Amino acid sequence: MFTTTPLIRKKQRNELIAKCVFGGMALAMIVPLIVIVTYLVVRAAPLLSWEFLTTNPSGGMRHGGIWSALLGTVYLVTVSLLIAAPVGVLAAVYLNEYARESLFTRIINLAVVNLAGVPSIVHALFGLGAFVLFAGIGRSILAASLTLAIMTLPVIVASTKEALAAVPVSFREACWNVGATRWQTIRGIVLPNSISGILTGVILQVSRTAGETAPIMFTGAVFFKKIEEGDPFAYSIWDQCMALSMHLFTITTQVTEAPKALPYATAVVLLGAVLSVNASAIALRSYLRSRKKW
Amino acid sequence: MKQEVATLGSAARSRTSEAPAQIAARRRRVEAVSERVLEWLIRLCGVSAILFVFGIFFFVFREGVGLLFGDFSLRKFLFSTEWYPTSHSNVRYGVLALLAGTASVTVTAMLIAVPFGLGAAIFVSEFCGKRTKESLKVVIELLAAIPSVVWGFIGISVMNPLIQDVFHVPVGLNVLNGALLLALMSVPIMVSIGEDALKAVPDSFREAATALGATRWQVVYKVLVPAAKNGLLAAVLLGVGRAVGETMAVLMATGHAVNIPHSVFDPVRTLTATIAAELGEASVGSPHYQVLFLVGILLFSITFVVNLSADLIVKGVRKG
Repeated sequence: MFTTTPLIRKKQRNELIAKCVFGGMALAMIVPLIVIVTYLVVRAAPLLSWEFLTTNPSGGMRHGGIWSALLGTVYLVTVSLLIAAPVGVLAAVYLNEYARESLFTRIINLAVVNLAGVPSIVHALFGLGAFVLFAGIGRSILAASLTLAIMTLPVIVASTKEALAAVPVSFREACWNVGATRWQTIRGIVLPNSISGILTGVILQVSRTAGETAPIMFTGAVFFKKIEEGDPFAYSIWDQCMALSMHLFTITTQVTEAPKALPYATAVVLLGAVLSVNASAIALRSYLRSRKKW
Repeated sequence: MKQEVATLGSAARSRTSEAPAQIAARRRRVEAVSERVLEWLIRLCGVSAILFVFGIFFFVFREGVGLLFGDFSLRKFLFSTEWYPTSHSNVRYGVLALLAGTASVTVTAMLIAVPFGLGAAIFVSEFCGKRTKESLKVVIELLAAIPSVVWGFIGISVMNPLIQDVFHVPVGLNVLNGALLLALMSVPIMVSIGEDALKAVPDSFREAATALGATRWQVVYKVLVPAAKNGLLAAVLLGVGRAVGETMAVLMATGHAVNIPHSVFDPVRTLTATIAAELGEASVGSPHYQVLFLVGILLFSITFVVNLSADLIVKGVRKG
């Protein structure tokens, strides 16, 4: 019926070229991810074991495992989560449920965006100036966690706001109409219906916090600290601690003659923790989207 | 013992003897007060982001301001390439070389990241099916999640020997290395913002163009890109902001040399890397310590302006 004219053929050819070029560009992002992760895992394989996770580094960090760094990261993540989650969720509740569209809310949103854009090293300077020195907390898990909490606040605010906005307005209207106040509506209707979305944001914040290095370098993380092996309460929040990210930085740049696999193994543990936490957030989100009731 | 019980009993009786209406009224009062307290708390958290941004500026400035009152020339600070903060005879704080370091790494990174980021955004938004799109977005999100210190480690352990072999240069820790890492780090944000921008273009635009016989490629470059250009520009700016502020990866991968680079194979040092590398050695309150906080303020201002303009481009134009 149709004969392919030269023009149509040219169009088809251009279409194909465009698709291949853009597809190649998209592919160019996937390939490095896979290649790098595979390469790191292969190089790290000889050292990866349960013992590696549960023994302290020793011998000038040339031997042993990463226990104290791993536990330090868990502490930093937990404490900063306890600070950032309530503040972030309430901030999102304010922005989505209370604030009207105005210049003021626009400024708040702008502040959130900018807070996310502040370089991590500037957060470190802020944490040092405000928490360590001004507030007199000293270099400690608490100071480092506060710094991390402020840095990752925008992650929680953004995803909570999205989760709250996904609750239909008619739900709220129905609740107001039976005489509930604003807060009763939020507590009874809005939060229960968006809790899973909020949870996703919190998980993303965890993965972000676990990988950060610069903000904790001067506020509470140390190169080396020996703690009781196998004791999960070995740190107090007033202690300085080791952290996985910082440990990777140290053994890559400061420690010479470390066994080749050591930094790779540390990197793989850090990367594995961050990516698996992140992937679980993504899985949770897509599961929830698939079974949404409205 | 018996007496106690008796008094307790009478207290309970007196409480129950209160009119139910009174109890209800009291409970309502308590609820009203607690609700007001909660609302104040929510409001406080709402404005906390503003407080934090001002707090960051205030506290960083507070630590560095001491230097401004002494023998300090802003002109020398910004336009001198001599950065000798620990010299015994003649201490000089010129950040031009550091600025050049940041600029060279960022610009090179953007030369790589912008075409790839926007190309991938176009592919994700226009050229692929739903399933491919979902899985690509997951990969992009995971790519964005890789911690910067891991990127830095990759720079040292993978890219460094690779660059030495491919380009036959003596040192692989240089502008190119840092730029490649930064490109990989800033592509995800460009793709997600760029895809949002393309998605915001109404479908009627696509339908109208397709009805006139345009192929998908023609729709993209004649209709979508012009219509979404502000959003795409914002995506690029956010990528720039990310690259300028990145610390650990450039600290580890660009080599430590305070100089103005002449080619992509020269090692440099960026503003962020300088703070990270030197703050540990500078004693609290010393001029060296203070100047590092001033560098922090400079960085804060640069990223603030970049992010602000990205926001204005997206929102301001949408309104007008």
